[in-house]
Amino acid sequence: MGFHQISVKVNGNDEVVTVSSNMTLLRMLRESLALTGTKNGCAAGECGACTVMLNGEPVNSCMVLAVEVDGQEITTIEGLAKDGQLDVVQKTIIEKGGVQCGFCTPGMLISARALLNRNPHPTEEQVVEALVGNLCRCTGYSRIIESVQAAAEHS
Amino acid sequence: MANTDTKPGTMNPVGKSVQRLDVMEKVTGAAHYTDDIPFGNSLLYGRVKRSTVAHGLIKRIDVSKARALPGVKVVVTGEDFPNLIGLYLKDKTVFARDRVRFIGEAIAAVAATSEEIAEKAIELIEVDIEPLPAVFDAEFGASKDAPLIHPDLANYECPNFIFPVPGTNISNHFKIRKGNTEEAFKKCAVIMEKKFRVPHVQHVPIEPHIAVAQVEPDGDVTVWAASQSPFSQRSSFAKALGVSESKIRVIAGYVGGGFGCKAGVTMENVAVALASKSGGRPVKVRLTREEEFFTNFVRQGLIINLKIGCDAQGNVLAMENNQWWDGGASTEYGVNITRAGGYNSSGPFDIPNITTNAMCVYTNHPIGGAYRGFGMSELHAGIIQVMDMLAEKIGMDKVEFLKKNAIQGGDFNVTGMKMHPVGLQDCIDKVAKELNFSVKEKGSSPTKRRGKGIGIVWKAPSMPPNAGSSAEVRLNEDGSVTVSVGGQEIGQGTFTVMAQIAAEALGVAYEMVKIEGPVDTRYSPYEWQTVASRLTWSMGNAVRRAAEDARKNILEMVAEAWGENPANLDIKNGYVVSMKSEESISLKNIVVYGIPRPGDQGWIGGPVLGRGTFMPSYVTNLDKDTGQGARAVVHYTTGCQGIDIEIDTETGKIEIIKAVSVFDVGKAINPDLVKAQIEGGFIQGMSSAIFEEMKLVNGVMKNPSFVDYRIATTADLPRENIAMFVETAQDDGPWGARGIGEHPMTPTIGVLANAIYDAVGVRVSNPPLSAEKIYLAMLEAGVVS
Repeated sequence: MGFHQISVKVNGNDEVVTVSSNMTLLRMLRESLALTGTKNGCAAGECGACTVMLNGEPVNSCMVLAVEVDGQEITTIEGLAKDGQLDVVQKTIIEKGGVQCGFCTPGMLISARALLNRNPHPTEEQVVEALVGNLCRCTGYSRIIESVQAAAEHS
Repeated sequence: MANTDTKPGTMNPVGKSVQRLDVMEKVTGAAHYTDDIPFGNSLLYGRVKRSTVAHGLIKRIDVSKARALPGVKVVVTGEDFPNLIGLYLKDKTVFARDRVRFIGEAIAAVAATSEEIAEKAIELIEVDIEPLPAVFDAEFGASKDAPLIHPDLANYECPNFIFPVPGTNISNHFKIRKGNTEEAFKKCAVIMEKKFRVPHVQHVPIEPHIAVAQVEPDGDVTVWAASQSPFSQRSSFAKALGVSESKIRVIAGYVGGGFGCKAGVTMENVAVALASKSGGRPVKVRLTREEEFFTNFVRQGLIINLKIGCDAQGNVLAMENNQWWDGGASTEYGVNITRAGGYNSSGPFDIPNITTNAMCVYTNHPIGGAYRGFGMSELHAGIIQVMDMLAEKIGMDKVEFLKKNAIQGGDFNVTGMKMHPVGLQDCIDKVAKELNFSVKEKGSSPTKRRGKGIGIVWKAPSMPPNAGSSAEVRLNEDGSVTVSVGGQEIGQGTFTVMAQIAAEALGVAYEMVKIEGPVDTRYSPYEWQTVASRLTWSMGNAVRRAAEDARKNILEMVAEAWGENPANLDIKNGYVVSMKSEESISLKNIVVYGIPRPGDQGWIGGPVLGRGTFMPSYVTNLDKDTGQGARAVVHYTTGCQGIDIEIDTETGKIEIIKAVSVFDVGKAINPDLVKAQIEGGFIQGMSSAIFEEMKLVNGVMKNPSFVDYRIATTADLPRENIAMFVETAQDDGPWGARGIGEHPMTPTIGVLANAIYDAVGVRVSNPPLSAEKIYLAMLEAGVVS
């Protein structure tokens, strides 16, 4: 199996990582960079728990090979808060009570942030569409959807 | 009073919707789940060799090629672990030994230096199995013609409230014989009878099962697991290894969703087995999503035949209730689910004559375990529909029919237990009002039909009579409070509720309380399991008593220092105050260092530690032949759900316009968390009712992925999902509280089926109530052509 050295910007920090050819971005983040906030729920691109931003776009990091992100920018849940201040999507999901077990929360928040970056004032339908790939078994979603709408109003 | 140095905070937090304790960790990715714990390079990865045959005799297992693969450190098989284990019925081993009983059953396991090597090693294990005739239907399995799946059933150990029938596949036959059902049916004006089939479904926590095990130098075993029941697991691991409980330590951090499947022990035993032979290296076993679907606990299927009759005035007089639970290859947990199906078999109705046979049947399907209100979604799916059919047949308003027959305080219920006060009438009224139930509304277009359904449920904590709780409350130098408990935060918010209870009982602000975590069986006080919607009530009582104990210690110390009677002192906002002298003193420092006696005459008090325990003492067993007894359970939580839907007659698709759920929670310690449980529970119930089914064909699950086993997403929500509660106090609950975690999903199958009937006049009764099934039923009935 081949190994590769890649350079990648993660949450604003330049990182140089040695990765194997078959290593996923998810494993690189969790195992090589100790960024365990990104969760592994299915390893098949179906649940959204591993969602991160790749150059600003939400992707399932279990479906991306680490070698593919050479020279790219990644944002994970650990990079959402800036200077000790929570991102507005983090604040509003707390306010609306959209967190229960918390396992889907990081992926959900990344999808929400990516949506608001490309569309600061989404309709309810657009929020629903943006989060449709993030499965949650606890909350019933409505508080999460409300929290993204509230975040849009705040910003 | 000099309160200036007190932190701003929420005083008397019980009844207030304070913010969850765990949110900062969870929204920043800092919350640690088991897979997030680093173990370094010594970590080994475990994988499992599984049966591809539903029922058969193991003729040969050859692990030599796997053992020879570089990087493989441990290979274990059933030879190494002969002990029988199981929570209620001890009928399984960690690995199949002479016989396999379902597709997916563990036969052997490997620990290697990487997941890839472990996976490769698994493929190198050779297994020869001679197939045996299999059982895939519970009703057939209970018959004399069925092949025996557990010929040794007679020798299995089980508690005295489980009744196996040796020489059959029936591992528990629970009976109710109340009144005279046969005579009562003769007096009925209307009798409705219907058979229902509720399929197997999965829990689908977003975090798959995971466990890491390591043997310490002294031989003790430490297990890190995503666990709803660290203490029960400790006990089970000890039995599997043949050692005592103190040799095992279970550490359980945040759980990424449980819903019952992380209660008891399933795959965790594999990690322990591998670690017991790994020379001290930690071994991690993590289920793939595919394994999560069919190798671990499932919600077992149910076949239920219900016959219910009422007189001309709508009084329900009699019920005959026959249940065949598809327990799967082991019924270690399923026997108790069956028991719950039996002692709850009337539903929340006052029925004087009942005959119930609830049978747990071995099949060659995956193993049944607890799933959020186990047995109750399945049981009520049928009862709610037959009651609806009866009301219609007798020509009575459906709400009036429910109210007339709903169980009330003082009634003697299905097991002969006198009911405590219940607010079920209020729940029904609130749902009917909120849903405008009596008004028939038109569809939004000519191709759409509108309909409404309603139904009521009950559920008691289904647990051993002596399930106990304990708690410790410690005070720190700054007057803050640390609470230790053994119950688990699985998303429901229990740590928040425990902090509220401790703060209220002690007299400090909610923000001053922290819950110690992760739960660690070496240090945490005992808790039976985080199941059965029992923590707010049971662990809540223990925490309240621990906080009151700490409070008593503090007041006695200050009373001595001030020469007062403790009865004249109170703790308010972190200060001890005298109601006599109006003197006050901050808890700071004195709760650790004590108070100096005047004139340098020594010290009073010292570190404050409160202890509290709770265990119900009044639950009695039921008669084996009649199912009657003084008090079968601790209490019942009751509630009502109503759903307003529109069906597209061109596709059969349901759109839920409004769902209303109202439960009697006794006392909402945190109203917003109660509502969050009800909302989320409804969506889980809706998802299972409309979409979910494990497609089992000859024992093979055909849809083990999120693509083929669909759960509700953001695109499937009702327009409105209303959660409400009423508060009829529970006499032995903290501030009157009883549980609510599981109940919200239990009415949904039946209520939705009633709404479909109301909309299109066709009864589609067996879940999943899919668009396809509804459309075909409409086609067959001539509603559409």
